[in-house]
Amino acid sequence: MIKINIRKKLHVGGGEVTVMVDTELQPQSFTALYGPSGAGKTTLLKILAGLLQPEQGIIEVNGETWLNTDRKINLPTHKRSIGFVFQDYALFSNMTVLENLRYALPNRKDEHLLQSLLLSVSMEGFENRKPDTLSGGQKQRIALIRALVRKPQLLLLDEPLSALDHEMRVSLQYELQRLHKDYQLTTIMVSHHLPEIYRLVDWVLQINEGQLTNSGAPVDLFGLHHNTNTITLVGEVVTLHEDIADVLIENNIISIKTSELIKAGDKVTVSCHATNLTLKKLS
Amino acid sequence: MDYQPLLLTLKLALITTVCLLVVGIPLAALLAKSNSRFKPVAEAVISLPLVLPPSVMGFYLLLAFSPNYSLGHWLESAFNLRLVFSFTGLVISSMLYSLPFMVHPVQAGLQALPSSLREASQTLGKSSTQTFFKVLLPNIKPALLTGTVLTFAHTLGEFGLVLMIGGNIPGVTRVASIAIYDEVESLNFSAAHRYAAVLLVTSFVILLSVYTFNRRLFHKRIAA
Repeated sequence: MIKINIRKKLHVGGGEVTVMVDTELQPQSFTALYGPSGAGKTTLLKILAGLLQPEQGIIEVNGETWLNTDRKINLPTHKRSIGFVFQDYALFSNMTVLENLRYALPNRKDEHLLQSLLLSVSMEGFENRKPDTLSGGQKQRIALIRALVRKPQLLLLDEPLSALDHEMRVSLQYELQRLHKDYQLTTIMVSHHLPEIYRLVDWVLQINEGQLTNSGAPVDLFGLHHNTNTITLVGEVVTLHEDIADVLIENNIISIKTSELIKAGDKVTVSCHATNLTLKKLS
Repeated sequence: MDYQPLLLTLKLALITTVCLLVVGIPLAALLAKSNSRFKPVAEAVISLPLVLPPSVMGFYLLLAFSPNYSLGHWLESAFNLRLVFSFTGLVISSMLYSLPFMVHPVQAGLQALPSSLREASQTLGKSSTQTFFKVLLPNIKPALLTGTVLTFAHTLGEFGLVLMIGGNIPGVTRVASIAIYDEVESLNFSAAHRYAAVLLVTSFVILLSVYTFNRRLFHKRIAA
C-alpha cells in the first residue's frame, strides 16, 4: 500500500498553486497522473522521489515511512527505493550504456542482471555505445532499464514517451507494460495521452490546479463503457456562435447545437447514440 | 639568460592553479546551487579582481599581510608565517587574483547542466558527493579545462600584484614579468626581450590549445 498525503505551494507562471493530494495506491498497480500542464503532476512525482520537499505531508510505501513532516522524517532521494525516468532521458553522456547501468548497480556481483535487462528491451550489443549515439527510443529504453537496476518499489515516469514518434511510442508502451508485470512494479506515470492511459494503466489520478479532482479506473473516469451504444468523446470548444459550438475532438471539428453555458476553451464531452457501427482496418 | 624568473613563474602558476582547483570548484558548486540572497555579494567579491587595478588589490593585501596589522601579526605570532615578500604570500594573493577565472567557467558549466542529471543520479541511489564527482564534473570537462588554463595563463601574466606583495627578490618573488620590468629599468633590452618573448609565445600556445580542444569537443557533440 502506498499512502500519499502532501501539500506544497507552487509558483507557476506568475500565479500560486497549492498542490494538495491525499490518496492511496495499491501495490503493483499502474497509475497515471492526468491533467493539464502546470497542474502539479511532475511536482507530485518529484515529491514522491524526494527531489522536492512539500510544506506538509506523509508518504508511506509498503509500511515504510519516507516522509512525515510532523515527525520530521524525510528520507533523502538516494535512500528511497525508486526508479525515475525523465522526459529528457537524463542519461550520463560521460559514460557508455553499460557504465550508465552499472552506475545504478548497488552490488558489482549482480552484473549479470544488467545483461538480462538489456536483453529484455532488445538492446544487447549496445553496451559500449555512448548515449549521444543512440536514437530517442533507444535512449528511453536504456533510461527505463537503468531505473530498474535497483529493483525499485516505486517506478516513477515523467511523460516518458512524449518525445517519441507514434510507432516508437506504441512499441515502448508494450515493453513498459511487460516490464511492469515482470518486475512486479508499482508504477506511476505522468501522461497526457489517452490511448496510452487506456492501454497501460489500471488507475488514474486526475489533477487540476494542484487538486486531486477525480480518481478511478480509466473506463469509469473518461466515461467510456463497454457494451453500450452511447459513444462519449472528450473535446475542447474552439468557437461558439449563438447556440452552435465547434468542438475539436482529436483532429476533427464537430459542430453541435447546445444550450449549455460554455465558452471557447472549455473541455466538454460529446455523447451520441450510435447505431450501425462498422469497423475498418486502416491500411 | 637567467632561467630562474621563468621557472619561478611556472612554479607559481602551477601551484596557484592546483590550489585554485581545490578551492574554486567547491566554491563554484556552492554558487551554482545557491539561492541565497547573499549570492550576489559573494559573486561581486569574487569578480572584483576582474575590474580592480592589481595595484589596488596588492595595496590592501600588503596592508592585510603586514605584521604591523592584526591579520599579519596574528599569522606571524600563531604560525610563524610572513606573507609579505614571500613565495607563500604570492601564491595566496595569486589565488585571490585569479579566483574569477576559475570560478566563473566552472559555475557557468554547472548551471548549464540540466537538473535532471543530478536528480537522476540521486534516484539511482547516489549521494550528492558521488553525484558531483562521477556525473556533474565529468560532464563539464570543457569548463574545467577553460578554468584551469585561464587561471594558469592569468597567473603567468601577473605583475602589479606581485610587485606590491612580493617585491623583487631573486629566486623568491622575482617572477618573469618583474624580471622584464627590472631589465628594462636598467636598459638591458635584449634580456627583457627574451623573457617577454617566452611569456608571449607560452600564453598564445596555451590559449590556442584551449580553443582548439573546446572546438573539437563542440564539433564532436554536434556530430553525435
